[in-house]
Amino acid sequence: MAQKSMRDAINDALHLEMARDPRVIVLGEDVSGGAGGTSGEREASGGIFGVTKGLLPRFGADRVLDTPISESAIIGAAAGAALAGLRPVAELMFADFVGVSFDQLYNQMAKFRYMFGGKTGCPAVVRLAMGAGMNMGAQHSQAIYPLLASVPGLKVVVPSNAYDAKGLMLTALRDDDPVMFFEHKALYPRKSEVPDGDYTVPFGEAALVREGEHVTVVALARMVVFAEKAIDAVQKDGITCDLIDPRTVSPLDADTILESVENTGRLVVVDESPPRCSIAADIAAIVASRGFRSLRAPIQMVTAPHTPVPFARELERAYVPSPQRIEQAIRTVMQE
Amino acid sequence: MKLTRDLLLDAYRRMKTIREFEERLHVEIQTGEIPGFTHLYSGQEAVAVGVCAPLGPLDYIVSTHRGHGHCIAKGCDVVGMMKEIYGRRDGLCKGKGGSMHIADVTKGMLGANGIVGGGPPIAVGAAIACKRRGDGTVSVAFGGDGSCNQGTVFEAMNLAVVLKVPAIFVFENNGYSEHTGADYAVGSRDIAGRAAAFGMPAERVDGSDFFAVHEAMQRAIAHTRSAGGPAAIEATTTRFYGHFEGDPQLYRAKDEVRRQRETMDCLKRFRAVATDHGLAAGELDAIDAEVLTLIDAAVATAKASPPPSDAELTTDVYLSY
Ligand SMILES: Cc1ncc(C[n+]2csc(CCOP(=O)(O)OP(=O)(O)O)c2C)c(N)n1
Ligand SMILES: [Mg+2]
Repeated sequence: MAQKSMRDAINDALHLEMARDPRVIVLGEDVSGGAGGTSGEREASGGIFGVTKGLLPRFGADRVLDTPISESAIIGAAAGAALAGLRPVAELMFADFVGVSFDQLYNQMAKFRYMFGGKTGCPAVVRLAMGAGMNMGAQHSQAIYPLLASVPGLKVVVPSNAYDAKGLMLTALRDDDPVMFFEHKALYPRKSEVPDGDYTVPFGEAALVREGEHVTVVALARMVVFAEKAIDAVQKDGITCDLIDPRTVSPLDADTILESVENTGRLVVVDESPPRCSIAADIAAIVASRGFRSLRAPIQMVTAPHTPVPFARELERAYVPSPQRIEQAIRTVMQE
Repeated sequence: MKLTRDLLLDAYRRMKTIREFEERLHVEIQTGEIPGFTHLYSGQEAVAVGVCAPLGPLDYIVSTHRGHGHCIAKGCDVVGMMKEIYGRRDGLCKGKGGSMHIADVTKGMLGANGIVGGGPPIAVGAAIACKRRGDGTVSVAFGGDGSCNQGTVFEAMNLAVVLKVPAIFVFENNGYSEHTGADYAVGSRDIAGRAAAFGMPAERVDGSDFFAVHEAMQRAIAHTRSAGGPAAIEATTTRFYGHFEGDPQLYRAKDEVRRQRETMDCLKRFRAVATDHGLAAGELDAIDAEVLTLIDAAVATAKASPPPSDAELTTDVYLSY
């Protein structure tokens, strides 16, 4: 099996499905790039993050559509194309740009199936690059998946590694409802074993990344990588943890989390978003209400603060939950 | 209208300051010391300075991700800007904003913007304030060729016409939005015509000619004062570097920038006619030297400045909470 980056793994999934299903189209800003340029190079970009590379040369400009900077129209067009029988993949580039297109997502795409009495779905995938860590400032660094996870009708995927990303993308492309696919920018170059062929990872099924007995740690996306570091650190002192990666936050696999907390009695939730109305708060609420009797210690949430993402290196480092803060939270729940 | 020597010398100084600021950043970014990603304004200086030269501190501008030039043209402190770009504690925005979010409201500079099309509606709001004050001030929305495809920009233009407010929409057509040509993405290939269709006077000018931009801006200001509504300017220009630092620019013909540096360099073009305007080459040389000293000092000060402390992370979200 080949080692592949998350960038290449998602690219793989797009290639496979576009070859398999002629209804799949890709649209967004610079998904190919080079249109109207002076070099004649038609794929001058392949996506700002390189995720859509090779699609235009292989599938042509009828299926790989470079758009102007018009996020409302990009997302709305994806919604309309999906209603009319295509399976569009819209790239929003930075997840932060979702604000520009929000109506088309949450009033249109998300609600068609329900408003139309179940007569039609909206099988569109929206790709959003998210996350802090590259000093890109307040409008290019947010982890805003809770905003979309709060909308009934949208499915929300937050992969933590290349293998899952490919399998989840293939599931997304075959799903009959709108899927928001969040890709953490810091994970793009990270490699893991990725099979070349077709495979899917189901929605609503968490991955048990580590098994242990004392603490349940739930983490998402890049926080899974940080949580593993923290778990390695406490293991030296004989503390072992379950590490659960929900992989999709809507639907959310609450059962796996609850079962684990039944065994450990302690929960640490790690989330790169600010704490209010977050996935961390959501998971904490589910465990507090449905798993209350299993808990031996107050739940610890390790999140970003209730602030925008700062620019300066030192401030951004303080903003993003660190392996040290996760380790501290694990030690805190162990004191009870 | 004849321009005063003082205005011309100041305009040259500002264009040169922008150029050297950006050329120096291009070098410093290679060291890895500057966080984040940076969009340089080199090549477009005559637009920022031509537009801002007739403005005073009570006039407003709203800028873009490529905002350093607009900031300098509107009078932001160059050392404070450099510190901000380095992410320092006493940068213009305390290191919290960075290159894409420099602002100084005391100078009428309402912010660079990381969201393409984010600025023009804000400029219309400021124009409403100008109109209420009744002091003849104006509000300028800078934007690129790419931004003119954004719905927010359409809405802002129409709103300004409907409300008859003194907003001036300046579109800097540098030929590209990221890696896509304007001839592809702007369907009509006519940005000025698009603005005009909203019901405002709009003209296209040579954006590497300071004098042409300045004159167009004066006409636009005169219109906002006499007719009370908005105006638009499309300035054709070019960027001498990639979309952001590190852009391999595969979409661009190999020798395009080299040619443009010869034919579209606003500083060269300004110098070529300087004597006609009563300026001596020696005066401009002296300004060049002063600007280089200023930029050297700005970089040295920024490098030596302390970073923000962790306690700064949670301040400034609200005034009180
Ligand atoms: C809403 C939004 N969409 C996309 C982007 C990504 N982006 C940043 S700059 C840019 C191109 C802007 O082109 P133009 O308006 O011509 O300005 P220029 O970069 O040429 O100065 C794009 C697509 C963004 N920052 N915000
Ligand atoms: Mg442009």
